[in-house]
Amino acid sequence: MHVPDGFFNAAVSISAGAVAAAGVAVCLRGAKRELDDRTAPMAGLVAAFIFAVQMLNFPVAGGTSGHLLGGALAAILVGPYTGVLCMTVVLLVQALFFADGGLTALGVNIFLMGIVTVLVGWGVFRLITRLAGGRGGITVAAFVASLLSVPASALAFTALFWIGGTAPIDLAAVAVAMGGVHVLIGIGEALITALTVGAVLAVRPDLVYGARGIARPLELRGADGTSTVTPQEQADPAPSVGSRPFVFGALGLTLLLAGVVSFFASGDPDGLEAVGEEQGFLSQAGDHLFGTWSLADYGDVGGIPVGIAGIIGVGLTLLVAGALGYAARSKDKTRV
Amino acid sequence: MGAGHGHRLYVPGDSPVHRLPAQCKLLAVLCFAIVVVATPRERFWAFGVYALLLVAVAAVARIPPGHIPRRMVIEVPFVLFAFLIPVIGLGERTTVLGLSLSVPGLWAAWNILAKATLGVVASILLATTSEPRAVLLGAQRLRVPGLLVQIAMFMLRYLDVILDEMRRMRIARESRGFEARNFRQIPVIARSAGALFIRSYERGERVHLAMLSRGYTGQMPIIQKMSASAGQWGAALALPLAALAVWGLSL
Repeated sequence: MHVPDGFFNAAVSISAGAVAAAGVAVCLRGAKRELDDRTAPMAGLVAAFIFAVQMLNFPVAGGTSGHLLGGALAAILVGPYTGVLCMTVVLLVQALFFADGGLTALGVNIFLMGIVTVLVGWGVFRLITRLAGGRGGITVAAFVASLLSVPASALAFTALFWIGGTAPIDLAAVAVAMGGVHVLIGIGEALITALTVGAVLAVRPDLVYGARGIARPLELRGADGTSTVTPQEQADPAPSVGSRPFVFGALGLTLLLAGVVSFFASGDPDGLEAVGEEQGFLSQAGDHLFGTWSLADYGDVGGIPVGIAGIIGVGLTLLVAGALGYAARSKDKTRV
Repeated sequence: MGAGHGHRLYVPGDSPVHRLPAQCKLLAVLCFAIVVVATPRERFWAFGVYALLLVAVAAVARIPPGHIPRRMVIEVPFVLFAFLIPVIGLGERTTVLGLSLSVPGLWAAWNILAKATLGVVASILLATTSEPRAVLLGAQRLRVPGLLVQIAMFMLRYLDVILDEMRRMRIARESRGFEARNFRQIPVIARSAGALFIRSYERGERVHLAMLSRGYTGQMPIIQKMSASAGQWGAALALPLAALAVWGLSL
């Protein structure tokens, strides 16, 4: 699934890069809260684990085999922020040392395979575990979360391709094909994620980030029949869960904003181009207006208007991300 | 969905390209990729010149012939996709060898094939001639967040340990007659993955404690000299500048 260079036009590559950078910046702050000063070694080892697990081929149907993306698995096991960081580092290492995924497409890859899979996976997981608690609920939630995270990533790819891909393809057909294939892959991913989470839950439930709420408090029973319930040690991370949906909602809004902004940013100059063509060739006007809009078949990607649009998109994204980071920081201070 | 990554690309050597500081090479490859992506796809000869530039770099770096083509396999999934585009693309159609193909689709396929191939070869050249640790330190000098670089370093350092652990588990499974043939075997693989996660996580905790006891304060000491001279920057940026000149001529 690693997107190479030349797949998306410059505006989308830059916008996706800005969104990815903002997302990673938020996650760097969040991961420090999840893992405090252990961040670097723990996230590094978990990233190595994700990398290894991506090499673990499992049989799907009819003699074909697939392998994990691992976004949802990482989010459930080590938390969403650390999960995004681990996926980012895996993609970074793959692009730099294995030539897998283009350097200019690194932002797109981090957005699709790091941020989207973790956001969707963790969001669905939280939703279901809130409705159905307990160990069974967690396993079911892990299944559904990873099942949805893979097609969501594929559909995000399709949407990006529609906005700024370099090939003219019928959007609906691509969405159906990509979605269909990735639902199949998602089933494999879901099975293996749910069973992996279940296996870890059976041996070391304290390591599963997504299962923090279900640990029962330690109960000391004396010989004379008295029992004392010790206060839970992990009581203090609980309030921070309250702010997490807010931060993630805001992050989602940023992504949406950036996506919409970059759509308009890359759409507008082409609209102008279309008007120019309309005036030149009045007879083909109707055809061309639609053609240039939806097909993204623009000859010059490096022209000035697109560049300016890209910068506007980047500026807006950074502004929103900066405000978000500031909000997250001030919340932090009030809590401590 | 490609296959996994079995081996790294780095080949030790002592050529002028190997000796350049990693941050120069990193920036050069990134700029080169940007110029390639920004080149209009109608300029066939420009892509040819870009390819010649990369061949020249490979020659200076004394990379054994055959090394780069073998590693380009990584590109295969997207090459297949590129071949599909003319068939399913929209717009005006033409007939080639009895197949009805979309003209804009053909252009798009050429665009993706040419740019992706040049990008992959440039990345392979970078990874072949630079030590992984140096590339990450170079990234840090280019203002990539230090924490991210540290995570990547820990990942690289322990990657082989984790992969070996996984290999031992596979050998243990296979020596007990296990073979992943259909989806009913997935639970076994999932339990292996779970065990691997616990081992990785616990190893991370031990590594962290060991580092704390050796005075780790959240920063890794950098002991090697990483600064680059103006001459080295000039040598490294010669590649993207040459590409930029070609791009300027092609307009």
